[in-house]
Amino acid sequence: MAIFINKDSKVIVQGITGGEGSKHTARMLHAGTNIVGGVNARKAGTTVAHTDQHGADVELPVFGAVSEAVEKTGADVSIVFVPPKFTKDAVVEAIEAEIGLVVVITEGVPVQDAAEFWALAQSKVDADGNQITRIIGPNCPGIITPGESLVGITPANITGKGGVGLVSKSGTLTYQMMYELRDLGFSTAIGIGGDPVIGTTHIDALAAFEADPETHAIVMIGEIGGDAEERAADYIKANVTKPVVGYVAGFTAPEGKTMGHAGAIVSGSSGTADAKKEALEAAGVKVGKTPSETAHLLREVYPVQEPASSL
Amino acid sequence: MDLYEYQARDLFEKHGVPVLAGIVAYTPEEAKAAAEKIGGVVVVKAQVKVGGRGKAGGVKVAKNADEAFEYASNILGMDIKGHTVNKVMIAQGADIAEEFYFSVLLDRANRNYLAMCSVEGGVEIEQLAVERPEALAKVAVDPIVGIDQAKADEIVAEANFPEELRTAVAETIKTLWTVFTEEDATLVEVNPLVKTGAGDIIALDGKVSLDENASEVRHADHEELEDKGAADPLEAKAKEAGLNYVKLDGEVGIIGNGAGLVMSTLDVVAYAGENHGGVKPANFLDIGGGASAEVMANGLDVILNDPQVKSVFVNVFGGITACDAVADGIVKALAILGETATKPLVVRLDGNNVDEGRRILADANHPLVTLATTMDEGADKAAELANA
Repeated sequence: MAIFINKDSKVIVQGITGGEGSKHTARMLHAGTNIVGGVNARKAGTTVAHTDQHGADVELPVFGAVSEAVEKTGADVSIVFVPPKFTKDAVVEAIEAEIGLVVVITEGVPVQDAAEFWALAQSKVDADGNQITRIIGPNCPGIITPGESLVGITPANITGKGGVGLVSKSGTLTYQMMYELRDLGFSTAIGIGGDPVIGTTHIDALAAFEADPETHAIVMIGEIGGDAEERAADYIKANVTKPVVGYVAGFTAPEGKTMGHAGAIVSGSSGTADAKKEALEAAGVKVGKTPSETAHLLREVYPVQEPASSL
Repeated sequence: MDLYEYQARDLFEKHGVPVLAGIVAYTPEEAKAAAEKIGGVVVVKAQVKVGGRGKAGGVKVAKNADEAFEYASNILGMDIKGHTVNKVMIAQGADIAEEFYFSVLLDRANRNYLAMCSVEGGVEIEQLAVERPEALAKVAVDPIVGIDQAKADEIVAEANFPEELRTAVAETIKTLWTVFTEEDATLVEVNPLVKTGAGDIIALDGKVSLDENASEVRHADHEELEDKGAADPLEAKAKEAGLNYVKLDGEVGIIGNGAGLVMSTLDVVAYAGENHGGVKPANFLDIGGGASAEVMANGLDVILNDPQVKSVFVNVFGGITACDAVADGIVKALAILGETATKPLVVRLDGNNVDEGRRILADANHPLVTLATTMDEGADKAAELANA
């Protein structure tokens, strides 16, 4: 099971020939991801050479457009590594091609571009009224279902499959928390990104983890800025029955200073880590003061006794 | 990036929003010259990026150029909520008949834009929103459609503008929308938007925040709007080196990779400091994914130049960055800095190639470097050293 991606996900890479795209295509292949091709309009018709998880050679076709890649390969997931100036066009193309999931790794995307592609994604619904394309990011580390598929830049060798679900705004904090809980393992770990406008939210991930039979407990990592954590707290209170523990970074952040992520800023009394912690605790979520304490809290509520499967 | 009022005014003018004459002045002499140029009654307005200037005495009406000189002398150098006034705007006096309010901003929660409008302008809008929410129209704006004629008409109708003003106000709102989109703003606010005695609609005072990602990607001209003089000198130096650095008030220098982990490191150090004389983190510094020796050297250079810093905590989780590269970076950085590096460093490495990374540091055996095995232990050690 897991959420959003699994071993059957067929992945294309937008920007497969660029520096980042090429490096991470290799890493994703080694993590077992089923990459079926890439997109670069200027290099359409060529192939790129890589090796898979077992060291076997793979030739990945480069297509001129996402729609063509989808048609020829049956891809249902795309990952975007194109530079911020061209990110909007790349995501719009993926949405127009009605791909199921677009993971946008690119950092520095103008927020009006993100608002625009999000609005477009929202407007494309299937016959049942469900949004066709899920977006993760931008400015995020992506998503990993250990042992099955990595669509992102998370190191695949931290830990294996297990019963913890993790959703986080931050990349390296995701890695840190996976490391702290490496003995338990993860169903899926998803980094949603720290920009002001993102596709998949904490709430979307919580809902998916709640519905996923392989997820036994959830870690939710937030950071200063906005009110996504407060809204997630309301959601947990009303809808989540699995144990959730939380961590919020930035208790000591001063007002008015952006801490690395465009969205990570305390403005007046809103967006503080304390307010988020309070909201989560009011929803019955235990909140750690540090990553190690958060890991400890998770162990206390973790309902099963089975270790992570080895990598 | 928040702009000053005069910068917002200039952007408004550039896009055809009706504004009155306004000239920025850094000295009383410049203020006088500006007042003479504009002629008649002018308003001397402190230029600070904080509200409440009027109440603080930072806005004065001058009947002539000599009065403008006098008021500018008083206002320049004034402290308004911790912000020193180092420039004023000399603005043409307005014949105000009525005051309104308009803003459009990024709505993070709904992932679209929100237009807010009221016929009761000139007051604190936060107060109006709480006390008389019915007087403040809030209209969602679709990022793809934007504020077209229909949306502008909807906004003025929702705000209950009298019929005879709707066309003119809607027109101004559409022009303000072009400022919002063409400059890639996250906030455009006009308070007050006024009707003059002659019946003209004028944006009298504006506030604009720009999206720095967009400025980087497609607005090279926004660089001129940056407030270089106001930045902390260490922040300015870090920016020049391309580092993501924020100066804080503490003793433990922090270097880490990834915004979230660095924020978390600040917290863990602050908690550890509670047991070590109350020492606090001295800065936020994210060296990002590709931490080369040079980036590490630049980062250490900035931090070690902070006279408040007593110790440094390097906290890296090797994801894409391998720990051996980070360790190499630290060793090379210390070699580059040579004798200028005098403060103790605590280094915690985990993740990709951690054993190799720790071995490199152990082999280098630099007298200033202490290795920590966990984030908590490293924070505690760094706090202890800062309190020594």
